[in-house]
Formats: sequence, structure tokens, C-alpha cells
Amino acid sequence: MSFINYLSREINCKIVYYGPGLCGKTTNLQYIYNKTNPDAKGKMISLATETERTLFFDFLPLALGEIRGFKTRFHLYTVPGQVFYDASRKLILKGVDGVVFVADSQIARTEANAESLANLRTNLAEQGYSLDKIPYVIQYNKRDMPGIAPVEELRALLNPTGVPEFEGVASTGVGVFETLKAVAKLVLTELKRGGGG
Amino acid sequence: MANPHMVMYEEEFNQIQAIVDRLVRDANSKVVFIIDKNGQLIAASGDSDQIDTTSLASLTAGNIAATGGMAKLLRENDFSTQFHEGERSNIHIQLVGNRVILVVIFDNKTSLGLVRLRVKKASEELNGIFEALMRKVADPTREAPFAEITDDDIDNLFND
Repeated sequence: MSFINYLSREINCKIVYYGPGLCGKTTNLQYIYNKTNPDAKGKMISLATETERTLFFDFLPLALGEIRGFKTRFHLYTVPGQVFYDASRKLILKGVDGVVFVADSQIARTEANAESLANLRTNLAEQGYSLDKIPYVIQYNKRDMPGIAPVEELRALLNPTGVPEFEGVASTGVGVFETLKAVAKLVLTELKRGGGG
Repeated sequence: MANPHMVMYEEEFNQIQAIVDRLVRDANSKVVFIIDKNGQLIAASGDSDQIDTTSLASLTAGNIAATGGMAKLLRENDFSTQFHEGERSNIHIQLVGNRVILVVIFDNKTSLGLVRLRVKKASEELNGIFEALMRKVADPTREAPFAEITDDDIDNLFND
């Protein structure tokens, strides 16, 4: 659910990075945080366990520039990927405007990807959203790792509807901004259309 | 989709701002702010320059969401009030009309009793304003807020 403020002339939108445990959601946000001009970002918050696994969410507020005098601000969130934090994941999806699904390209994580994507679809539906209608992109992350599945296989499994997709190596930044820009663009286009959350 | 956009217009904003300004004075508090349930800051008053309100707003919304999840497990609708007591600062969090969150930060210059009393009155007034605002936003005859934006405008935002 975007928030449009005619007084301060701001559009605020919420983007959620979803995906299985250790797929690189937090790493995406950390890269964006490290590479963004200090004027354009707020503080990054990570609610993590002692072993740096996301416990509740990571949060990064980001300004992307102006459209017709309106400042566009995006609040980026990650969810905890581990299966047993499902209750928290549901909460973070509330009011979402756009979703990035970060898949782990390693063959060993095939099942975890499929399970997480099914979980995303279920949890969105519980909030009254459909994954087929909401602005949504996919990132095939960890393309630098050994034992990865070809993109065609990942596409067949995870992207049958052909949403925008990107190959990524979040730790070095490959594909990170491309993914963010694509989802932000879809969110703004949806807003222009008068639909959206 | 699940929810309409939250849109803030000048008229309603001024009404809301007047209430939070008054609440800072009446409750003798340090900072008052209002956020929506997704963590977007709507209005703030008092000594808010000293505080990272964006982060605080996001964490408060997360807190309310988590508490709401706990409430549902106990078959409650919501726990609408939270109070956190620190050594120097205290924070009182009130869910208003299940739509927005009213946050009051205060120190020992006032009391929890006074804060609760003033928050109750302010909540009732805010609830009326937000109900009217949501009716206005949901009015199908109103044009989509960004209908005038072109695809080129959006493309230009992402040209490096």
C-alpha cells in the first residue's frame, strides 16, 4: 500500500525481498546500502540473530529521485528465509507494493527455492494479493558459485509466467541495482495505472 | 488489491498536525508521531529532529504487527496499547482505529497516567479524521493520483 503525501510531495512504496534461507536477500540490501549516496538513504536496520541470520526483517529506506515534483521513496524490507519464521514473513508482506524473489542458483537449493516461492504465493494470498498481479521480479542469485543450475532450468521451475528476471551475484553487486530498478519501475507503473496495493 | 492507497491531502494533514501539536503540549511529552501500519511516517511534532523517525516508524510498525500476530494466537483482535519504560525515555504506542499508530515519547516531566488520558482523547479525534480520509481516497470518482505521469517520466527516473 503506497503512501502518497500531497503536502510533502512524496510517494512512499514498500518493496519486499523474499526467498529461501541464505539466498542473499540481506546481501542485496547491504550492497544497495553501501553503494548509495548518503543523501539518498536512511539507516539500514537489521533485526538478526547472533549468527547474523535475519530474525524479523532488514529495513532500508531509499530515495530514488523525483517524478513530476514528487520525491519517490522506497522502503526495502527482507523477510527471514528460514522455514520456521513463517509467522514473521506474513507480517512483513502486509501492505507490500512490489516483491523481489531471490532464488539461490545452487542445484542443492532447488527444492528450497520452490518451497519458498509456494510459500510467498500462499502468504500473499492470505493478505489478499495475487503473485500474478502484484509488481514482481526474480533474481537468480549466486551465479558465481559452483554447482549451479542453468538459468533455463531455474526459469522453468520458478518463472513460468515470464516476469522480469536477472542473474545476480549479490556479494559483488552483479544484478543488484538492475533488480531493484525493475521492481521499482513496475511499482510506479502500477501506481500510474491507478491500481496497486 | 487488498488495500487502497493511503493518500494525504492538505486539509486532513492540517487537522492531524494540529492534534499531534496539541498532544505534545497537553501530555507534556517530548515527541509525538503518527505512522501508518506499514511504517510510513504521516506526521510528527515536538523534538523530532533529534530522533531517526524513519527507523523508529518502521520498527514501531514491525512491533505492532508482531504484537497483532500474538493477539491473534490468543484469539484477541489486537493489543491496541503498548508501553515501554526506559531509564530516561518512555514510549507509549497506541493503535488508532486499526489503521494508524500514535506514538508518544516522554520522560519524567510527565506521567504515564496523563499521557494515557491525552492519548485517548487524541485517538478518538484522529480516528474520525482517518475514517473520513479513507472514504475520500476510496471515492471511485476521484482520479488516480498519478494518472498524469507518463511512461517516459518513469523511464527518466531510472536513466543513469
